[in-house]
Amino acid sequence: MSKLVRFAADILYPVVLIFGLYIVAHGHITPGGGFQGGAVIATGVALVIVAYGYREVTQWIGKGGLMAREVVGLLGFIGTALVAFIFGMPFFYNYLAGQGGLFGVPVTYGPNPGELNTGGTVPLMNFAVGIEVWGGLALVILYLLSGLVPHDDHEKEGS
Amino acid sequence: MRKIVAGLILGALLITFVAMILPLEFGSPRMSDMDDYFIRYGQEQTGNNNECTAIVFDYRGFDTIGESTVLFTAVIGVGIMFRRFFGGEEVEDE
Repeated sequence: MSKLVRFAADILYPVVLIFGLYIVAHGHITPGGGFQGGAVIATGVALVIVAYGYREVTQWIGKGGLMAREVVGLLGFIGTALVAFIFGMPFFYNYLAGQGGLFGVPVTYGPNPGELNTGGTVPLMNFAVGIEVWGGLALVILYLLSGLVPHDDHEKEGS
Repeated sequence: MRKIVAGLILGALLITFVAMILPLEFGSPRMSDMDDYFIRYGQEQTGNNNECTAIVFDYRGFDTIGESTVLFTAVIGVGIMFRRFFGGEEVEDE
């Protein structure tokens, strides 16, 4: 793409990343959550791909890193739920909510301004799912785009 | 002929649907025990102001594990389909 598009993408990419992280981090207070924030971050990756093209982007963003993100996100999500067994609670019990400490500030019934340090295990799971969706959707975009690259050309490059 | 029958059936279904929807009032569901419980105790039990997230990630976390696994499986399936193009790995025939 042209220089203008690349310049705009350079400016917008960090903004999109920060906005996605904001949605993930505030998933337990404002509308949003892990899936939505991860999708926004993956959109940032798509923006960079549009601006710089498939060839150049695959030199910065590797398949392994995105796959690792996806696996770490899914395992972190299940692991956070499994930790409840250590406390003698059932699967997916919210063992952090209302206990004080990390994400444990008690919340009373009714409208309140909201605090980031609440929610128990939900913010941790939001982060895990956000990382997973980030890696997964970006990987799908890269995979689908790789099918558009002319095959003969690509083989010549790989050999 | 078949198009006319299909149109009639579609119209009948549409009329039935609208006739069933219209008498329902907005904001007063017939059965709201579950909703009332979530709205009343969700904030105290899970500490989430966002009730949707409290339900999706806490009360029905098992459902979300399924969602994450579906996404994971979908990415793996796309990866298998496009592996030949990505990085030039050849698929081994057995």
